[in-house]
Amino acid sequence: MEKKLEPSFKEGGKLHKFWPLYDGFATFLFVPGHVTHNGVHVRDSIDLKRTMSVVILALVPCLLFGMYNTGYQHFLALGQTPELGASFLYGLLKVLPIVVVSYAVGLGIEFAFCIIKKHPISEGYLVSGILIPLVLPADIPLWMVALAAAFAVIIGKEIFGGTGMNVLNVALVARAFLFFAYPTYMSGDMWVSMNDRNGYEVIKEGLVDGYSGSTLLGQVADAGFNGTFKNVAGADITSTVFSDAFFGFIPGSIGETSTLACLIGAAILIISGIGSWRIIFSTFLGAYAIGLLFNAVAGSNAYMAMPAHYHLVFGGLAFGAVYMATDPVSAAQTKLGKLIYGFGIGAFAVIIRVVNPAYPEGVMLSILFFNVMAPIIDYFVVQSNINKRVKRFKLASNGVK
Amino acid sequence: MAEVAVQQEKEAIFSKKRIKLLTDPLNDNNPVTVQVLGICSSLAITVQLKPALLMFAGVLFVVAMGNVVVSALRNLIPNRVRIIAQLVIVAGLVSIVDMLLKAYQYDVSKQLSVFVGLIVTNCIVMGRLEAFAMANKPWPSFLDGVGNSVGYGILLIIVAFVRELFGSGKLLGFTIVPPSFYEHGYVNNGMMMMPPMALVLVGIIIWVQRSRNTKLIEVEE
Repeated sequence: MEKKLEPSFKEGGKLHKFWPLYDGFATFLFVPGHVTHNGVHVRDSIDLKRTMSVVILALVPCLLFGMYNTGYQHFLALGQTPELGASFLYGLLKVLPIVVVSYAVGLGIEFAFCIIKKHPISEGYLVSGILIPLVLPADIPLWMVALAAAFAVIIGKEIFGGTGMNVLNVALVARAFLFFAYPTYMSGDMWVSMNDRNGYEVIKEGLVDGYSGSTLLGQVADAGFNGTFKNVAGADITSTVFSDAFFGFIPGSIGETSTLACLIGAAILIISGIGSWRIIFSTFLGAYAIGLLFNAVAGSNAYMAMPAHYHLVFGGLAFGAVYMATDPVSAAQTKLGKLIYGFGIGAFAVIIRVVNPAYPEGVMLSILFFNVMAPIIDYFVVQSNINKRVKRFKLASNGVK
Repeated sequence: MAEVAVQQEKEAIFSKKRIKLLTDPLNDNNPVTVQVLGICSSLAITVQLKPALLMFAGVLFVVAMGNVVVSALRNLIPNRVRIIAQLVIVAGLVSIVDMLLKAYQYDVSKQLSVFVGLIVTNCIVMGRLEAFAMANKPWPSFLDGVGNSVGYGILLIIVAFVRELFGSGKLLGFTIVPPSFYEHGYVNNGMMMMPPMALVLVGIIIWVQRSRNTKLIEVEE
């Protein structure tokens, strides 16, 4: 098929205008046949497409668990026993349209840009397209998903020159856009799938008494940390809250709830060498350190008293650390820089959560902030290394004299 | 830039060169999108169309009249104190605008708040006085002032139009988006109400302008 189709896309062919499109699909489906002609080259089977495929593979646990949990929370809020099959099916039907819309809009715009600008299609959106649904609530209206994907691809990426040139993480640009543009759909009670698709009418019938769709962090931000937590049905889950949050049976964005799924993804990314363990590790470390610091000085702000290890499993910290902060384009590049970058993300996320009452969750803002800071972190790391070497050289040459 | 001192004594009131003074700032030399001046106020007062229109009127008055007055006095103003002299003239004109707004459009005047006063320090105003009025006769200076404030005004109006329409579903305070839209799940875009979105919009306008007007694209060295 490849041989049959190729001539019509080649120069002079009828469909040459769409060459980037053809090239993109052909190299995605088949091993590219290009060979180097001269000089010495490092050969490796990994290219951008394979890298992205591994990231998607690492996202599968989060996606599958997210679907299950969407249904799980839904049935829990209705006071029914959440069965595995039914929950998963409900979540599948909720999540799949979001994924489809995100890919259709994002890839459509990306293809259009490639054809207009005549550059080959790059695969950056393969990952962003799946990350965007995973950081949204399951009930988000589809037209908002489309708008956010379009905004993220155009403003977040294409104006900077396309894949690999973006300053900010593309998926987080989409989320930040929705967060600021339609705050009522991205905060408060929206985390349990209880609404019809356009999000206008909240289905209230059949909800158990004491229902609350807010996240655990939302509960803490609203009421202050008093040692108790409730699930969506209003039942007390204080004794199991850590394990619930670790395994992911809590309300939240589709993919972010399960720390375990994120850790499986992290293992895939680290073993395959695609994600930086430095960033992941230091993000958790930063969050934990600042959490402990707040514990030590807790007083007027009841949120500060929340045990530091809760910060690691609540909200999107694990998801952000594993999949967002490690984005190789927008992260710091130097080894020491990665550690600083990750530590900063974790620390700032907890600071925003605890100190700013308007934002019970701070991971998104924290990562976006450090995306912007990454080049300057690298700059100082490189400079300090240069200075150190200059000093060492001077010392050495003094010794000779 | 196009500010070449007008030499001939008898030039037609609307000669080609003078028409260019009017039209140049609309596109090729737009004060906001090309010279990137006056960004601050165009972010702050474009949430709704009405304040943007009144701000445009205010800037039009101040820049045009300021240009004329400074140009008329240009041979009397000592070079060393010219900035102060210009500031006094502009401040006087801005006070007039401010008082007029307070008298006839009190609520808008409150919305514009400090930004009317800040016309004094608007880079477009000082830029035109310094770069053009100090070296040209009153009539060309007037045209230059009008051209530049219209160039500024166009941008304000485009940005304010988009922001009010998508941010609150209204234009000039009248509801535009029909209620049936909201019933079907349409929601006003809260980000349009924030200054960052105005910056994004200005950026998009610059992008569109540059892709249409290839003269503006810098040649890479």
